[in-house]
Amino acid sequence: MKVSYYPGCSLHGMGKEYDQSMKAVSRALNIELKEIDDWSCCGASAAHNTNFDLSVALPARNLIAAEKDAMDVMVPCAACFNRFKMAEHHLKADKDLKARVEGVLGAKYQGGISIRNPIDVIYNEIGMDALAAKVVKPMAGLKPVSYYGCLLLRPPEVCQFENYENPFMLDKIMGTIGADVKNWSYKTDCCGGSLSVSKTAIVVEMCDKLMAAAKEAGANCVVTACPMCMANLEMRPSANMKMPVFYFTELISLALGLPGSKETFKTHLTDPQPLLNQLRLV
Amino acid sequence: METFLEEVNKKIHGVPLQACYHCRKCTAGCPAASYMEFNPNKVIKMIQNGQKDKVLSSSTIWLCLSCETCITRCPNQVDIARMMDVLRQMAIEEGRAAKEANVLKFHEAFLSSIKFGGRVHEMLMTVHYKLKSGDFFSDVDIAPSMFLKGKLSLLPPRTKDLKSVRNIFEKTQSKS
Repeated sequence: MKVSYYPGCSLHGMGKEYDQSMKAVSRALNIELKEIDDWSCCGASAAHNTNFDLSVALPARNLIAAEKDAMDVMVPCAACFNRFKMAEHHLKADKDLKARVEGVLGAKYQGGISIRNPIDVIYNEIGMDALAAKVVKPMAGLKPVSYYGCLLLRPPEVCQFENYENPFMLDKIMGTIGADVKNWSYKTDCCGGSLSVSKTAIVVEMCDKLMAAAKEAGANCVVTACPMCMANLEMRPSANMKMPVFYFTELISLALGLPGSKETFKTHLTDPQPLLNQLRLV
Repeated sequence: METFLEEVNKKIHGVPLQACYHCRKCTAGCPAASYMEFNPNKVIKMIQNGQKDKVLSSSTIWLCLSCETCITRCPNQVDIARMMDVLRQMAIEEGRAAKEANVLKFHEAFLSSIKFGGRVHEMLMTVHYKLKSGDFFSDVDIAPSMFLKGKLSLLPPRTKDLKSVRNIFEKTQSKS
């Protein structure tokens, strides 16, 4: 399949491991990516916290650019995904707003393409059988908890993700590549990402709580699909609470034996290589 | 004259706040409630009581993480997350000092970065935030390793049609 691709600012900065592994995995699973021409930032939490029209117009600029290619747009970053879905929701629900935003952008929004995140694309379009068939190195010994966080799921009528209180797609994907996925009650709890820089003390407590729960569940790592969660969970837990955190695409890349799959582990802020070495996965 | 409640309801553009029957599910699920001056459901009551100054000057509106757990679990679909957005926007429009000043300064630094290059440059944004907030020393221990790992690029990324992005800021800001 072919999709429009919106990497967003994080995937070209702090979250570059996600971009690199996403591209490798897409190639291997025959998902052809066409980057949106001359994309700009989605505005993230800064826009919706401060100015409603701005928070819709910034993602709308990219949605309109993607509509030129007439393909569904895949948005790996959970924060960008959320802002795209929110913009779509408001533009479809509020005619006055749509007219205002189109006036600002000088272009029409058609609303004809779907906004998708890669968990959904890999689970529903590629399928677990096709993924399993490509696994050359099962992730034996890896015991992740799946951490979905907030922005892929909520609000449910906007994000349209499956089972928003107890999602399973990421768990199934991890199980398919041979990991021993641990069940836990914190799949959809917030890590505090939006206040990570400005109210760090609060966020340290929130991250410690998550890491304690993951350890209690018997996990040896955390798997995420969000660059905010990744940065936060790597940086903010207290030193004795830290454990490796992976983008789910990094682990698929490793399980599929893709070229360059070990490279992204080198740039993590919490080094996952000792764990992977110990489990003989690298 | 419009009451505070009417003003907020109009901006939320959804289920009116009066639909809240204070079951406190929002507060029970809120990960930041224990740090807040007023719990989310109490803010609804305060808006109904017309306590505008107290609400817009509170830390609560700035400590909301926008995790959207409240709206997800509200049995009456009262959009508390949107309400918090609306309250922050009203506080900004009225030129009120944010009780949690650094939270707003971070948002401002983030938006400046978009205006500057169309895309956010994490290093410039962080420097900008530090200058605004005076918080020079946090995370200085992490920065060098990020830089060595190539996570912090020196060259700011650019959207070519920068004019179109800056135009969005100009036009949406002149509206309010």
